[in-house]
Amino acid sequence: MIKVGILIKEKSIVVPGDIIAEGMDYLPSLGCFREGKHVVSERLGLLNVDNRFIKVIPLTGSYVPKVGDTVIGEVKDMSFGAWFIDIGCAYDGTLMVRDATEFVEKDADLAQVYNFGDFVVAKIVKITRHSSIHITTKGPGLRKIQGGKVISVTPSKVPRVIGKQGSMVSMIKDGTNCTIVVGQNGKIWINGKNPDDELLATEAILKVENESHIDGLTDKIKAFLEKKK
Amino acid sequence: MSYTKRFDNRKFDEMRKIEAKVDIIPRADGSAMFKIGDTVAIAAVYGPRSLHPKFLQDPEKGILRCNYTMMPFSVSERIRPGPSRRSTEISLVTSKSLLPVLDLTKFPNAVVDVFIQIIQANAGTRCAGICAASMALAHAGIPMKDMVAAVSVGKVGDKIVIDLNKEEEDYEDGATDIPVAMTGRNHEITLLQLDGEVTKEELMKGLEMARKGCLDIIEIQKKALREAIKENQNE
Amino acid sequence: MNNDYVRSLIERGKRIDGRSLDSYREIKLESGISKYAEGSARCKIGETEVLVGVKFEVGTPYSDSPNEGTIVVSAELSPIANPDFELGPPNEQSVELARVVDRGIRESKAVDFKKLCIKEGEKIFMLFIDIQVINDDGNLIDASALGALKALSEAKFPKLDKDNKVVSGEFSGKLKLEKLPITCTVYKIGGSLLVDVDSKEEKAVDARLSVNVGNGRIHALQKGKDIGFSVDEIGRAVDIAVKKEKELAKLLK
Repeated sequence: MIKVGILIKEKSIVVPGDIIAEGMDYLPSLGCFREGKHVVSERLGLLNVDNRFIKVIPLTGSYVPKVGDTVIGEVKDMSFGAWFIDIGCAYDGTLMVRDATEFVEKDADLAQVYNFGDFVVAKIVKITRHSSIHITTKGPGLRKIQGGKVISVTPSKVPRVIGKQGSMVSMIKDGTNCTIVVGQNGKIWINGKNPDDELLATEAILKVENESHIDGLTDKIKAFLEKKK
Repeated sequence: MSYTKRFDNRKFDEMRKIEAKVDIIPRADGSAMFKIGDTVAIAAVYGPRSLHPKFLQDPEKGILRCNYTMMPFSVSERIRPGPSRRSTEISLVTSKSLLPVLDLTKFPNAVVDVFIQIIQANAGTRCAGICAASMALAHAGIPMKDMVAAVSVGKVGDKIVIDLNKEEEDYEDGATDIPVAMTGRNHEITLLQLDGEVTKEELMKGLEMARKGCLDIIEIQKKALREAIKENQNE
Repeated sequence: MNNDYVRSLIERGKRIDGRSLDSYREIKLESGISKYAEGSARCKIGETEVLVGVKFEVGTPYSDSPNEGTIVVSAELSPIANPDFELGPPNEQSVELARVVDRGIRESKAVDFKKLCIKEGEKIFMLFIDIQVINDDGNLIDASALGALKALSEAKFPKLDKDNKVVSGEFSGKLKLEKLPITCTVYKIGGSLLVDVDSKEEKAVDARLSVNVGNGRIHALQKGKDIGFSVDEIGRAVDIAVKKEKELAKLLK
């Protein structure tokens, strides 16, 4: 029997080296590659087949920056005219003074605006070929963080924390009365009226992270929030 | 004298019992344990992360750094902590055994660090380390064209065997140790060393034994990787 | 900013993971993790994980104690355990860790050094206690000290041949411990004292006091970090450690 087409069931967990498809009908789009007549996985992840496109959605590993992503990062360093922000990947984000939402006077002390250890919500505007990452804090919702705390989840779990059309994160916001901003890099800012609310929001988010594959997760988190109230 | 029966009663082409587990070190970006017989290796991957000092950076691709260490109490005679010529060489050949499957072009100027520690050693530690490292790299989400597995083959007395244990390595009538690493789909040999004496025919026979062994190990590695995700699901 | 958050919680007597100030995370002890060591153990406190192995070597005694053996404690903060740890020779942190564990065992006389004597003035046992950190999620001192005690309490004397050389893989009886001393580190954050910080809390720690207690008596102290303690705080810290000794010593029995 000649095997053609998809060899592994959709939504399966695939591993580097797994042959996903045979023949030329399918095209590798993300987390996989073509080798002769095969499409082969190069990541540990979830197999997704959309028409002719094969995608392996990574389920582990560190953050891979993309233009347009909203990220949360910590000020690590500064020099003339720029801050360097740790966004949880191999490369710091560069935030030029002109891209800061605050007006910065000429020769001002940059630490007065964003100090070492401060967190910012920023957007990635450009990534050069050599992985120099430019970010901005100009734009709706982008700013320096004040109050609350920043927690980390595995970056690949961010879509589950956000939920469909933001349903999961809105439910946690409503259930805990906290402001929550989710960075694509897995950093999440939680700011509530009191530490108990923030603790509850943290627990709920970590629950989503740990149980991100379970069916009916939304109901489970809903029940969890109601029970703890 | 003929080596008719293995010290631990295994068949000549039978490996010791293997266990593998992924996600054992929470702070690492990827981690795994690989146990074969009484040899236990763990590996952790950190990165891709920024590389200092700057002159080590490669603007075209990320670099891979492997470090192999034996714990002081992993063998009968205590090993002094710190690098030795042996561990430095093993670190080097480990990184060369893994590089052919890694795609580090997406991480210019960065480094992927792999740390391997041997907790308990009864021969075959470099191979166990490579097996653990390969799983840890996949777990860390580093793009890999394939998995890599490793096992040693060799000649004990007059027999070609797979996965020598310490007793066999120390066989009084002579033993030849041939550590081999191989990729899963294309059976590309990415580690090959030899200490001792064999004929070409014996070497080829050993390599064929290693090929079968590596393919079995890769199935175990893949299963452990899938289980690490599933465990997460069912919590 | 997260440090501020940790502090503000602790001011209210709360912690990031919901524990009370004087409680440890779950502790798991396991022995026999390396069959080529004379004694070995794994100690997990929460996600902190430490392996400890004990190896016996035959050596010559110091001239001022011809009938006593000795212990040598080393700690390896391997980069496998924490992204901030680096390869290289022992640094201040790992040397301090090893020495605090060493003194806890030595000063409490948990090991009777006279029992390590093979032939007075000529041959003694040296016990090499090696601490290997596998995952650093805070409070390495307590985890290492507890792991070391567990490994020692499981250790067996190696058999010696007629030339007093170690016969590997053969044993001649257990190393009996005289005491099971516990090291409890009390951390100060703001005006509060607490035990068993995780790696997030550890960043906010102002000062720490490691107290080694055996049967309610203090055998070793080590004050660490950049800020001081008041005399009253030292008293309270010791009270906490004495209370915790009873709790933790049970895990070794």
